[in-house]
Amino acid sequence: MFELIADRYVYLFVVGLLSLGLFAMLTERHLVKKLVGLVLFQTAVFLFFIEGSVRVDGDVPVIDPAVGPDPDAYVNPLPHLLILTALVVGVAVIGVALALIVVIRRAFGTLDDAALSLRDAEDGASGGDGASGGAGA
Amino acid sequence: MNSAIPALLPMVPFTGAVVATVAALFRPRAAQWVAAATMALATVLASWGLLRVLDHGELRHAMGGWAQPLGIEYVLDPLSGFVAVLIGVIGLLVVVYPTVTGFGVEPERGVVVYPLVLLLLGALFGVAVTGDLFNLFVSLEIYSIASYALIALGGPAAAVASYRYLLIGTMGSSLYLLGVGFVYFTTGSLGMDSVGPALEQLTDSPTTAAAVALIVIGLGTKMAIFPLHVWLPDAHSHAPPAVAALLAAVQVKVAAYALIRILLDVFPTGYVTDQLPVMTMLTWFGAAGIVVGSVMAIRQDDVKRMLAHSTVAQLGYIAVGIGLGTRMALIGALLHVVNHAAMKACMFFVAGGVLEQARTKKIAGYAGLGQRMPITMAAFTVAAISMVGLPPTAGFVSKWYLVSGAVEADRWVIGLVVVGASVLTLLYFLRVLELVWFRPPVDAEAAEQVGEPATAVVIPVVALAVAVLALGVGNVVIVEQILEPVVAALLG
Repeated sequence: MFELIADRYVYLFVVGLLSLGLFAMLTERHLVKKLVGLVLFQTAVFLFFIEGSVRVDGDVPVIDPAVGPDPDAYVNPLPHLLILTALVVGVAVIGVALALIVVIRRAFGTLDDAALSLRDAEDGASGGDGASGGAGA
Repeated sequence: MNSAIPALLPMVPFTGAVVATVAALFRPRAAQWVAAATMALATVLASWGLLRVLDHGELRHAMGGWAQPLGIEYVLDPLSGFVAVLIGVIGLLVVVYPTVTGFGVEPERGVVVYPLVLLLLGALFGVAVTGDLFNLFVSLEIYSIASYALIALGGPAAAVASYRYLLIGTMGSSLYLLGVGFVYFTTGSLGMDSVGPALEQLTDSPTTAAAVALIVIGLGTKMAIFPLHVWLPDAHSHAPPAVAALLAAVQVKVAAYALIRILLDVFPTGYVTDQLPVMTMLTWFGAAGIVVGSVMAIRQDDVKRMLAHSTVAQLGYIAVGIGLGTRMALIGALLHVVNHAAMKACMFFVAGGVLEQARTKKIAGYAGLGQRMPITMAAFTVAAISMVGLPPTAGFVSKWYLVSGAVEADRWVIGLVVVGASVLTLLYFLRVLELVWFRPPVDAEAAEQVGEPATAVVIPVVALAVAVLALGVGNVVIVEQILEPVVAALLG
């Protein structure tokens, strides 16, 4: 049991982070905190990829005459590239999410999910009183 | 065969998005013209590609000259060509639909709308033609981000719906990415062609099963399979009409395409169908989605909301078809992808026209509209009849194939659900149709002002209604020429 944990502690950490993010998204009522949960969730996935690229004593993935052509002597560069792309995508998602948060706050004066659900039921499609509600939340 | 067409399909709309942004800086209305020209070009490319693929076999483009398993390849085969043509045609209709009616913004602000629509469509083409699992994730995210922004055009309530969709949708794509990670670390490849043979030795590994589970949950969220559909009714009903049409007609469908592609094509033949209970789950959750979506649609008093819940039900049909996995059922699922696109886009376009003319979203407000806007309402009626599944419309044919598929697979209960849900569908559409044709308007004086919407609204609506009838009558051509070889290749 102890050996399993010692060998696979990174995976346990990833699973813990995934669960923490999911838990925050499900239980937090504040929209920004939900977003933080989402970011934790995504980061856990990214960490999983980075862990997979690790080679113990691996070199920088540029062929070095001193190390030789054996691919196992180098860190796997592909997961890093994938995650670099996924990070860029993630930043765009966070940007859109924050922009939506600004719109919601201006229109409804609150970022509380439960309060927003009530407003939704009354059909907030007509707009909502942005100016007067600004002090709320 | 090597060809540039697979790479051009996503690149043309992406380039169009940039050109539209720049052009709109000088003349705001030019954005729509650029978008229409771009989508016309993309549709022609997709159709030409499909015809060539049917004659000569698949077309491939290796990015930068690096073929699989090292590089990223874009592949056009009959299945992706079929989806690409659908994306092109619906995309073209959405961009020619008037800006004010379709997106709720003045044409001068088309500078925001059309580049986003082109980005969305480009990424949808990307999902359809990509031959790389990670590239699929990137395309999924690009179209999702564009969708979040477009949904939010519907006002503050739409922003809340869009935000909730963003949370659930991003979680779905993260789960898909995790599943792809499992596949990559066990096989060392991301190419759709090279993963399958490598996995054949790993069919007993729990890692592979976990990868399938994560990928199915991730794509199931994007496709809104019950019980992962909770984001859809809000997002689709608050979105502006043209956006709702785009999302319901093609955006959720490409996730269904990705699911078919990965489950039946990428993974080794027989692995997903015989060793894992995935297909059974898809079938039953699809059937549950049909019932839940239909019952919820009956309870709505807002037309767009009713249509959104109905989309959940129709996606259930597609999931059932994939899950049954027999020849007839898969043909039915793929045919329903096209048929539902035509009917639902038609109905959302009509809802947009009514919103503009009669200023109502409520079902009650549709009373007496049959006399005021006969052409539009006739088109709506055709689409509704097709949704119920009466001959000779398109909906009848796809449901026929699905029921035959259920019988073929010896799943009588599923067949009963598919047929029985037609009665539920009839219930919620009959309510609207009765008001439209046989009831006087609520406010007779206000009704005097209501007439047919602008020609630019009527043309796409009528075109889609004609398409619904043509698909119903001419389905043999599609099934024999495209779908039978596609399904034969999938079932290998």
